[in-house]
Amino acid sequence: MPNTAQLEDFVTQVRRDILRQVHKVNSGHPGGSLGCAEFFTALYQEVMDYSTDFTMDGKNEDLFFLSNGHISPVFYSVLARSGFFPVEELNTFRLLDSRLQGHPTTHEGLPGVRIASGSLGQGMSAAIGAAETKKLNKDTHLVYSLHGDGELQEGQNWEAIMYAAGNKVDNLISSVDVNGQQIDGSTDNVLPLGKLREKFEAFGWDVLDVKDGNDITQVIEGLKEAKSRTGKGKPVCILLHTVMGNGVDFMMHTHAWHGKAPNDEQLETALAQNPETLGDY
Amino acid sequence: MKKYTDSGKKDTRSGFGAGLEELGKKNENVVALCADLTGSLKMDAFKENHPERFFQVGIAEANMISMAAGMTIGGKIPFTGTFANFSTGRVYDQIRQSVAYSGKNVKICASHAGVTLGEDGATHQILEDLGLMKMLPGMTVINTCDYNQTKAATLAIADYDGPVYLRFGRPKVANFTPEDQKFEIGKAVQLTEGTDVTIVATGHLVWEALQAAEQLEEAGISAEVINIHTIKPLDDEAILKSVKKTGCVVTAEEHNYLGGLGESVARVLAENHPTPQEFVATQDTFGESGTPAQLMEKYGLNADAIIKATKKVVKRKL
Repeated sequence: MPNTAQLEDFVTQVRRDILRQVHKVNSGHPGGSLGCAEFFTALYQEVMDYSTDFTMDGKNEDLFFLSNGHISPVFYSVLARSGFFPVEELNTFRLLDSRLQGHPTTHEGLPGVRIASGSLGQGMSAAIGAAETKKLNKDTHLVYSLHGDGELQEGQNWEAIMYAAGNKVDNLISSVDVNGQQIDGSTDNVLPLGKLREKFEAFGWDVLDVKDGNDITQVIEGLKEAKSRTGKGKPVCILLHTVMGNGVDFMMHTHAWHGKAPNDEQLETALAQNPETLGDY
Repeated sequence: MKKYTDSGKKDTRSGFGAGLEELGKKNENVVALCADLTGSLKMDAFKENHPERFFQVGIAEANMISMAAGMTIGGKIPFTGTFANFSTGRVYDQIRQSVAYSGKNVKICASHAGVTLGEDGATHQILEDLGLMKMLPGMTVINTCDYNQTKAATLAIADYDGPVYLRFGRPKVANFTPEDQKFEIGKAVQLTEGTDVTIVATGHLVWEALQAAEQLEEAGISAEVINIHTIKPLDDEAILKSVKKTGCVVTAEEHNYLGGLGESVARVLAENHPTPQEFVATQDTFGESGTPAQLMEKYGLNADAIIKATKKVVKRKL
């Protein structure tokens, strides 16, 4: 197991990867990606039990589903640096003939991706399906998923939330990236989400908060706590409180960088705040 | 001309239910999901005999489709069941992203398609579903004609690895195809031999086409009836072979003429062998309440409509 300093180095390198990917093609979604760097690092470097010898069926291993597929830069960086495909392939992000499509897909056969996402609101349902299949297969591994907070405005989520509780899908840990921002502004201004903890609890979920989702130690503790609550008749929800654009001062606390790439100068500033640790691709 | 007899009217959805129940016994990877229409879809037997593999999702079709996609991960073969309208239009994006684009082995099984759903009216009578589904890359689209064929198709699609849309209906209709038929996806079934016109029909219109062919024979017109149960991939070869002989074609389907079987046949002919064609289909309209027979009559979807179209198309031959 890597120590905290090593994990922090990993996170810093992931941030560099995110910034460099979106800068190169002048498109993509750095804000939410940066906010979730710690979460992905914790999942793939510490918490999940998985094989990089990728099979679609993923039997006898933990599975992860990214529902808010637009944060593909963080997903790709962490998958590559966890050994699913060569790190150099991050150079092909959003380019023609790439396996690293704008939004993640199984269509080009990228190892580590088990379903296409991007059109929002579908990932929790897919994760529930995979969790039900694990139960049928008597596979005791867990299914993880990640969702944006703004994404919860999609009604399908609430169908899924109702199903998972009503059917005791207790091998599922769904995390919500609560950064309070979406494309058009703050979630409060666009469409208030209300009290998420109370909503999930009212549906019958076991809910826990990770107060600082950009503190790797807290994220790991939260995920381990969530894991300990599985198998008890309830699906588990983590409200992961993060800052969109975390790690780059001018991208933080705003929706402005949800879907905008930095220019050359901005990239330089952003990278200077995140010095190379594991080596750039 | 070869004659077909009705062995006793049965609904196609019961063929699906019987096929699903047989699959439950034969294939432990088959799972079924239903959105609060178990009785209507005839999924009761599967539910009763394989409760651990039956998933009642409630009135939540979007969740059902994406869940089914997720269930394939780990090797299950999910069959989803609800009405055709809620199986397609309501969940188009879920099918597009979670199933088709993701290449998942999900079988979307849709009952109560078309106007023969009857009295519930246009809100439930989808006439656009074949078009919606055939436009999705990689989607196989099947519309069966009777009980026996629907049962055979249900069994066959479990052995095919890939997304499938299986469309069937509500009313009891003639059951005339062989009980022991082998269902080959993408393979047209030639029902009668003829020289003057090719009638390419799908779903409930296949029996109507056979009735039309008998009456046309009496009027001196020899019709070759082809049962196209698979709209995609279409059996281009069978259609071209017949049309090259007869020189004209009538397509017949319980669907809008825009986006349906007729347009698929027209494309094949335009590319390979331009031929006069008449379309027996709904004319870009919604349905309405009524009995199935009344609606088939009013919307021009029966043997009479096929006869009229045939007489017209035969005159258009060069």
